[in-house]
Parts: sequence; C-alpha cells; structure tokens
Amino acid sequence: MTNVLTPVLSDNWDADRPWTRESYERSGGYQALDTALRMQPDEIVALVKESGLRGRGGAGFATGMKWGFIPKDNPNPKYLVVNADESEPGTCKDIPLMMASPHTLVEGVVISSYAIGAHTAFIYVRGEVLHVIRRLRAAVQEAYAAGHLGKNIHGTGYDLDVIVHAGAGAYICGEETALLDSLEGRRGQPRLRPPFPAVAGLYASPTVINNVESIATVPSIVRNGAEWFGSMGTEKSKGMTLYSLSGHVTRPGQYEAPLGITLRELLDLAGGVRNGHKLKFWTPGGSSTPLLTDEHLDVPLDYEGVGAAGSMLGTKALQIFDETTCVVRAVLRWTEFYKHESCGKCTPCREGTWWLVQVLARLEKGQGSEEDLDQLLDQCDNILGRSFCALADGAVSPIDSSLKFFRDEYVEHLRQGGCPFDPMASTLFSPVGATA
Amino acid sequence: MITDETKAELREIAARYPQPRSGLLPMLHLVQSAEGRVTAEGIEACAEILGITAAEVSGVATFYTMYKRRPMGDYHVGVCTNTLCAVMGGDVIFERLKEHLGVGNDETTEDGKITLEHVECNAACDYAPVVMVNWEFMDNQTPESATRLVDDLRAGSEVRSTRGPRICTWREAERVLAGFDDGLADEGPAAGPATLVGLEIARENGWKAPEGGQQ
Repeated sequence: MTNVLTPVLSDNWDADRPWTRESYERSGGYQALDTALRMQPDEIVALVKESGLRGRGGAGFATGMKWGFIPKDNPNPKYLVVNADESEPGTCKDIPLMMASPHTLVEGVVISSYAIGAHTAFIYVRGEVLHVIRRLRAAVQEAYAAGHLGKNIHGTGYDLDVIVHAGAGAYICGEETALLDSLEGRRGQPRLRPPFPAVAGLYASPTVINNVESIATVPSIVRNGAEWFGSMGTEKSKGMTLYSLSGHVTRPGQYEAPLGITLRELLDLAGGVRNGHKLKFWTPGGSSTPLLTDEHLDVPLDYEGVGAAGSMLGTKALQIFDETTCVVRAVLRWTEFYKHESCGKCTPCREGTWWLVQVLARLEKGQGSEEDLDQLLDQCDNILGRSFCALADGAVSPIDSSLKFFRDEYVEHLRQGGCPFDPMASTLFSPVGATA
Repeated sequence: MITDETKAELREIAARYPQPRSGLLPMLHLVQSAEGRVTAEGIEACAEILGITAAEVSGVATFYTMYKRRPMGDYHVGVCTNTLCAVMGGDVIFERLKEHLGVGNDETTEDGKITLEHVECNAACDYAPVVMVNWEFMDNQTPESATRLVDDLRAGSEVRSTRGPRICTWREAERVLAGFDDGLADEGPAAGPATLVGLEIARENGWKAPEGGQQ
C-alpha cells in the first residue's frame, strides 16, 4: 500500500490539547532531545547533512550545510534565529504548526542550537498572529519548567535561552538579513552579502537562520535517522513536507506528503477544483513563484521538478484559481502588495514596483495599448536581479508568468475597454460560483 | 501618559535581550498598549531607555504597519484583501464593512469602537476569506458574518475567534505582543478544520509515514 500522505509534523495535531507539553511528551516528544544531547554537536550537523533536509522557507538551501558554515574559531557567541515571519501570500503552514504543536518547534530549536553551539535562540514570529504567540510563549515556559530549556538541560551541562519575539507587520522581515536588522531593533532592511549571517549575523556574530518547518523537522530526523527521512521524497528533495492548498479547491488545507507529489494527486485528495469549475492558474509556492497552469498538473512538486517547469517550489503554498478569476486583477493585487512591502532601500524595487502598479492598474481598467505589455516586460527586466534581496525578483514573477500564459487576457481587457470578468463569480458566496 | 510603571516595564523588555535595542519592537507594542497608539511621549521614553535618539525610534515606528500614529478603536478589524482572499470575497467584505460602518480604510468609527483596515496576507489562506480582529483569526467569512461580527463587537457581546480565545481589546492584544502574558494560551482549539484535513484523509486511508529506525 502506498502512503500518499505521510503525517509526521502534523501527526499529533488531532491529539487532545497537543499544544501542551504533557500531550507532546505523550506522543514521544522531547525523546529526540535526549538522543541528541548524547551525541556530539558535529554528529548532529552530519546527520542533518546526510538526511538531505533542505530549507522549507522557500529557497531550499541544504540545512546541514548552512549549519556547517558557522565558523568554529569565531570568539563571538553563536545564535540560532527561527524565521517564523510567515507572510508570503498563500503561505499558511508554519502558523498552524506553531498553533497546534509549538513544542515540536521548541524541541527542534534546542537540538539545532546544541548542534551549532548556540546558547541563545530567537523565534521571530510575525506580530499579526496573537494566539500563535501565546501558544509559543506558553510552550517555552513549559519547556523551561521541565528542564528542556535553561541551565544544564537534561543534566548535560548545556545551557540555552529562547526568546519569542513578536514583529510588527512587515513582509520584508521574512528576508533573513532584514529579519536580523529588525531583531536588532531597526527598520527591517536587507543587508548586502557577503558577509553572510553564518559569519556576521545577529550582533555581527555567527548566526543560523532557519524556517519554522525546517527546524521542526529536525527532531524527527534525530529520532528516526537520515535513512528514514530519505526513504520519503525524491533523490535530491528528500523527506516529507507540508503542502498548503488554498483557493478554489473543495477541501483547502494542510496536506503532509513526501516531496515530489503532484498537484493532480493533491487535488484528487482535496476533492478537486470547486464544483462545476476548472483549474485556470496556480502558484506552486506563494505569489513570488511564477504561475503555472493546467498544463503543469503532473509536475513533481519537488525543488527540481518545479524548477524544470519554469517556477520554484517556494513554500509549497498552492493557491488554486479557477476560470472565474481574472488573472490581470490577481496580478495587479499581488503587485500592489510588493509595492506596499518594498522596504525602499534599493531604487529598482522601490521605484520599479510603484511603476508596475501604475501600468497594471491602467491595463486592468482596459486603458492603454498593447505596447504597454512590452513596457511592462521591459520594466520587469530592469527590476529582476537588481536589488539586495529577492523581494523585487518575486514581484516580477506573477507579471512575467501571467504574460507568458495569458497575454490574450490582457489584450482582451484593452479590446473591451474594461475587465471581462464578473468579480462576484469568483467569490465563495456568489450564487453562480457557489459549490453544491 | 507614560507612567513610571510603564517605564519600568519598558526597561524590563529591553533587559530580556543580549543587546537592549533588540527590545524596541516589543517596547513600541507596549507603548501602544499604554497609550492607544505610538505617541511622541512613548517615542521619547523608548529613546531615553535605549540611549538612542527619538528620530531613530521614530524611524522604526514609521516603518512597521502595526504601529499606529492615530488613536485606535477598541477593535482593529483587518480584512485580508491580498489576491486570494480578495478573489474569494475579501473585496466584497471590505466594501460591505466600509458601507456598514460608515468609515474608510484606516479609519475609526465615531463611537471609538472599531478601526477598519485592509490587511495583507495573514497566513490563513486555507480559511479564506479571512478577517482578523485584534490579530485573532476569524476564518471563512462572508459579508453577512462580517457585518454581524462588527455589530457584536460594537454591542459589547462576547466574540470568540474561530481559532483562539474570546476577543480582547486592541490595547490588551498589544500588551501580549510586548511579551506580557494574559493567560489565554489554553483557550480555543488546537486547529481549525482545514488544518486537519490532510491528517484526517491519512487516518481514513491508514496512510502513515514509514516506521523509523529508532536511533
């Protein structure tokens, strides 16, 4: 029997009060920490390298390798910073994980900090999720009380303090160097690299920054081994991961599966696109990853497969849009988001996203000419790859890809002198668009 | 007014960090809790405690969307109008609420109860369309449920988050963001239905992750 879904991270989410230490420990929680503390830190780094775990925050960089970059001879303290600033449009996996089972993350933080030699770790969580912050703080307090945190953890002499830090509303702080500036009490603006955070990160000290899901995966690898982890997934994209389905799908939600599952398989599980409608376009990993269409239903959703299809796996945030959705409206709205969230440091991004909105807003109203489409692509060309961080690159993704697949729809706006779609039809409560 | 007690709490926040300035974001959350917004006096107090200039604090306060310079209502109602929520009904909900409350974006009702704002993606796309009240989730909204929601808030009826506790005031919420617990962590469910949908399908089919080789 094939296990289409493989719940590991989500396995205890339906337990009784899974956010409490008692419940987490009943399902085997904090046993991996015991195992880890009996290992040498370098052995844990080697184990995570061997497992093939790649960063689940979007970039897919090898987690163990990142840890290996921490210089041993640097006299400064080492820091672990968990990026819990989940804000990429469509992305909604870390928030439910921390809400249901914050101890999974806390256990991962202790093991990972021990592995890199950190005695202080931070969880930087976006401010707009009050209850998740409560649950994280309560978990950290429980972990201190149980001796999983603080001085002399499990009697091994290892000390670790964890600080849960609430942000204040800025998408850019999901970018790792902007996050560090923000955590230092400044405006969240990206830093020029090199130096990389591994060498000069928080307080100019060696710092590892990992996504919530990456760190939360570490205890399962310590518990079950690298081979176990590699028995799921594909050759270069190993393990299980959380896929988040949203939009015009019958059963949106979190689906934990081995890397490499396809959208066709996931949609089958999720009851398909909403009743009476068909797939038009989708994002594989948030709005910063180029759009795909119904041609790409069988693309393996791993780092290589989605890359080969011209997009990126990103955060595995599968936003599904059916044929009632105007792609120009969708892209304009994302572009307004990037314009709002551009930190203003780099000119191509700050000015470029503003101009993209101007051109797209006109096109959406059916004003302008086909030359504006080329103008738009030219603007994208002048933005892509010309800023410190990836925000600007993400901003051009939906524009580029929508023009590639739906140029006719842009032209149709111009031909009709307005949007050919009824915005009510795409809503969930429209009589026309209603399911069943 | 920033009382001596608030100043002591601001110092307490700064002391949590290896370098005090790291406390600035939570400190500004505490200023909002105490003052109902970021005030000049609150900025001065942070600057004095951290030994930096008021201009530096102000530069930070103006960068982040959650910091407000105008008096806030008791309830911040944030309607997600990023693409996915907008398409699925967020735009209609936002228009309906503006009309119903008689306010525009980032404005407060005359009774001082509700500040309406459209917000960016709040990481709850599987519950679209989403409305946030004082940064608690109100999942799967319709124009009707959202108007009922604001009516209940204005009437002072108890309102509970779909994935969280009873809704507290904006100032109380800001105090939690500053790092002062309100003891509500155990309220509300572990997860909403969409969070558990994959797990339920796995259970129905007997699907599991492979057995681990316990190390």
